[in-house]
Amino acid sequence: MSEFAYPKFTFQPPPELSGKGGHVPVVVVGAGPSGLTAALDLGKRGIPVVVLDDDDTVGVGSRAICWSQRSLDIFDRLGVADGLVDKGVTWQSGRVFFRDDEVYDFDLQREGGQKMPAFINLQQYYVEAALVEALQSCDSVDLRFLSSLTNLRQTPDGVDLTITTPEGEYALRADYVIAADGANSFCRRSLGLAFDGKVFEDRFLIADVKMRADFPSERRFWFDPPFHRGGSALLHKQADDFWRIDLQLGWQADPEEERKPERVVPRLKAMLGDVPFEVQWVSVYTFQCRRLERFRQGRVFFVGDSAHQMAPFGARGGNGGLHDADNLAWKLALVVQGIADDTLLDSYDLERLPATDADILHSTRSTEFITPEGSVSAQFRDAVLALAERHGFARELVNSGRLSTPYWYGSQGLNSVDDPSDDFKGSLVPGAPCPDAPITNPDGSRGWLLNHLGTDFSLLCFGAAPTSLPAGSLPVRPVVIRTDELGDPDGLVSARYDGYPGTTYLVRPDQHIAARFRYAQATDIQQALERAAGGLVKSPAPTAREA
Amino acid sequence: MAGTLRTDLRLHDPDAFYQSLIDAHRGLTDDQSQQLNARLILLLANHVGDREILAEAMAAARDGLAD
Repeated sequence: MSEFAYPKFTFQPPPELSGKGGHVPVVVVGAGPSGLTAALDLGKRGIPVVVLDDDDTVGVGSRAICWSQRSLDIFDRLGVADGLVDKGVTWQSGRVFFRDDEVYDFDLQREGGQKMPAFINLQQYYVEAALVEALQSCDSVDLRFLSSLTNLRQTPDGVDLTITTPEGEYALRADYVIAADGANSFCRRSLGLAFDGKVFEDRFLIADVKMRADFPSERRFWFDPPFHRGGSALLHKQADDFWRIDLQLGWQADPEEERKPERVVPRLKAMLGDVPFEVQWVSVYTFQCRRLERFRQGRVFFVGDSAHQMAPFGARGGNGGLHDADNLAWKLALVVQGIADDTLLDSYDLERLPATDADILHSTRSTEFITPEGSVSAQFRDAVLALAERHGFARELVNSGRLSTPYWYGSQGLNSVDDPSDDFKGSLVPGAPCPDAPITNPDGSRGWLLNHLGTDFSLLCFGAAPTSLPAGSLPVRPVVIRTDELGDPDGLVSARYDGYPGTTYLVRPDQHIAARFRYAQATDIQQALERAAGGLVKSPAPTAREA
Repeated sequence: MAGTLRTDLRLHDPDAFYQSLIDAHRGLTDDQSQQLNARLILLLANHVGDREILAEAMAAARDGLAD
């Protein structure tokens, strides 16, 4: 199996170095997964974007490896999911061990009929490389590697940036900045923002190991195993016969010593047994949970690790960053295009702050279970694990990580409350991400619903096309579920949306549900649409369009 | 007094329950924590009321501790 070759990006002198240009609607600082995703989402909407990154390649080492279905749905909307799913390791089950015994296994038991799997494992560098490749063929996005942001100053009507490159320094003015520059964010420090939280007093060894092993593609977690007494261990399969191993070392461990091969190899041998393996990458880390008080700071928007950090259990950091980008990009696009008012951007905080708090809560609870503070917590933890083998309730309390799930933004802000007389059945509500389902195209071929919802506002209509909206409305794409339009071969579209003739869903450009109706009037849809676009929609100026 | 201890999941939001249990011990010494646990068991036992169920729970808890 061919291994990943780190790309070498070259420095291309930008026009600013020869005195041209100097202004761009959006600058993305940082070419990690969340920054690149935001750039691609904006680029696909035709927004001119400059991406700055101080490095000349993608992130070294596996880093984030678990990509959730919601993240894959976002990647699919952006056209990069297929290659990632092909390359990645699809999994949906796991086992938990305590000392010598298996105490618990789980299967994410997902309903079928969805294009994307529950999870794939794939090294972060593959994800970054795929996003960079897609961006390189996106005309409105200018990727600038070996370009360090060295000054950021915000004024009421823009952000002034200084960029340092191998060929000198230049100035760039942005209308908006997306700060995706990671845990040590320069943007965050430049704005003097507090980033307080809690440090977990523990250290973990994290290693990428290459080996041929026939362990199944499942998540394995050990509490206090015979090969690593007193600590926990995690094993995940990645692409190219790489395996990711996390070993809890305790707070007293010396990070420098623990990185040395003479320390690492015996630990891994104890775990893996008599299998030949090669250590590819090692890191010793501690983690913290903290977030900015607000992710919007005037014209600067924080996404991913620059905005929030959390414990890794549950894969909520990397996935959460993508969900930030997904939430922000369409809003920023509508504002840059002059269609929506700037206040739409306030909803980024309204929606992503509670989503982040939920991620921090779940990952913190997992950490407290995995690395109990104090002897009483350890006693309870061991009691739960001891009871789990025989008693169902205790298995539910075993917490080796609660895996990332999409956040349901709720019926506040942009999303409209259901009319109670519409009596929608099932768990779906406005604010939730749209579930996928199989459809048949008019030519008889099969496809997937989410691919038809696309990246604009859309109206998912059951049985009949919607009445046309008043002139001056935002453009909305009808997606009609009816045998001569999109068929519902397995009945899963109707089942998942509780849809029958007349039912209409207004879907946001990020494929979250904005509103839904049983018998939609044009005025109802128009009202929900304006609300979903931030309330103050400017009529598109026809003269400007013709010009 | 039929007994039959239920050990299927009956807690709503088990992670939140677990967190509240750990939080209840925060800031206590080990001795104080043991005392808290003892009081908690007595309160819950009285709430359960059924001696058969309590006997089953004690046996399940003791299982594997001293053979």
